[in-house]
Amino acid sequence: MKKTAFTDYHIDLGAKMAEFCGFNMPIEYSGIKDEHITVREKLGVFDVSHMGEFWVKGSKAFDLVQKVTSNNVADLHDGKVQYSCFPNGKGGIVDDLLVYKVNDETYLLVVNAANIDKDWAWCEKQAKEMGLEIGKEIYNSSNEICQLAVQGPLALKAMQKLTTANVVDMEYYTFQKCDFAGIKDVIFSTTGYTGSGGCEIYVSNEDGPKLWKAVFEAGEEFGIKPIGLGARDTLRLESGFCLYGNDINDETSAIQAGLGWITKFVDGNDFVDRAIWEKQKEEGISPRLKGFIMEERGIPRQHYKVVDADGNEIGEVTSGTMSPILNKGIGMAYLNKGFWKVGTEIFIQIRNKNIKALVAKAPFHEQ
Amino acid sequence: MNVPENLKYTEDHEWIKIDGDTAIIGVTEYASQQLGDVVFVEIETEGETLAKGETFGTIEAVKTVSDLFMPVGGEVLEINPKLEETPEIVNQDPYGDGWMVKIKISDASELEALLSPEVYKETIG
Repeated sequence: MKKTAFTDYHIDLGAKMAEFCGFNMPIEYSGIKDEHITVREKLGVFDVSHMGEFWVKGSKAFDLVQKVTSNNVADLHDGKVQYSCFPNGKGGIVDDLLVYKVNDETYLLVVNAANIDKDWAWCEKQAKEMGLEIGKEIYNSSNEICQLAVQGPLALKAMQKLTTANVVDMEYYTFQKCDFAGIKDVIFSTTGYTGSGGCEIYVSNEDGPKLWKAVFEAGEEFGIKPIGLGARDTLRLESGFCLYGNDINDETSAIQAGLGWITKFVDGNDFVDRAIWEKQKEEGISPRLKGFIMEERGIPRQHYKVVDADGNEIGEVTSGTMSPILNKGIGMAYLNKGFWKVGTEIFIQIRNKNIKALVAKAPFHEQ
Repeated sequence: MNVPENLKYTEDHEWIKIDGDTAIIGVTEYASQQLGDVVFVEIETEGETLAKGETFGTIEAVKTVSDLFMPVGGEVLEINPKLEETPEIVNQDPYGDGWMVKIKISDASELEALLSPEVYKETIG
């Protein structure tokens, strides 16, 4: 099992640990509910060093990123981050990712830990076809970079104490390179996977211990806590963010998953699978990924069946949990046409009983 | 880890407190810690007579679903009414307020297979 730069800290702090994507990662510390509420109300720290980072550089960088990702890279300015996905050439999704534009000839792609090898193989193949030099113009630095996500409404205020760069006023989904906690060239990004604001901070593995210590010291007066992967999942689901492997995969299209907003069918963006997805957008496609909130007591789980009032199967749950904020079951499911409108009554099959739920729009915790 | 001396245990991490021909069943502190925050306990077997090893209910934590098994055969007499509104009592007080069901024991000879506190302690390391 691989360690991140922070694995020993998690163990020392008494986290419940488990293997995740080959890394020894913290699942929970004080309890998923307490951690979840800490992030919604104050701030919490996630070790997300298992994520993958690919650099794309040089004169062909833009062309490669434009081709392999569905969003329009031309919309980016230097210092801007974009949510996107890699179409897989068959109308499915290789992975979802963040695209960072450093400048016209330098991009950083941040991908899911579970898919690093698959993503790299896919990008390498496309890069070779376009004539990029592997290892130089496209480079996998996943094993060299560690990352902390500091998330919550007080996160930026607390992190401002560690740098002279202005971070409290940064717009959502932007980044800057700055001196931070005495570390040079830190990538400070106002991104995250919780829906509560905050930042993600990238440093080299050697600087990890220094970053960890500084972040916790700066956050102490605000009530900062370490957060595990359990709460990371409940937070993202409550905010309606897709999880690759659950809600999107090699068989689902971005259009089906409600990610039409990251597919840009504009001149100059001839990405892989554009034709397939453009057709789906014009002609419509079923089933589609929708959120829902339980009306009756019960917790939806992945792979539970969804039925209509007459018991006919109309879909399947892809993610489900108890929302610590609503204290109700919430989830996402692929639903057949006719059951997409907010407020539509659906039934989740939980242990052979049909439990009522209503189709709802995320974020769920703000309803 | 708290493993009270006055109870019997199962390998499924349940405890049973025997009182004549009735018994109270719950999950151990170890189980409640492994589960994490308990958010839902569903028991709908009141009045049913179940065999040893049959499922009498389900306990759900934020991330997991686990079945609850009968440590011995018996009739489910009573369900802890506090579980519906406050399932977190399973974490807070697994051997007290967080009990699951009260049963009438069908066959006292089945009690012999239950684990002593000493043996249970060994199974959880």
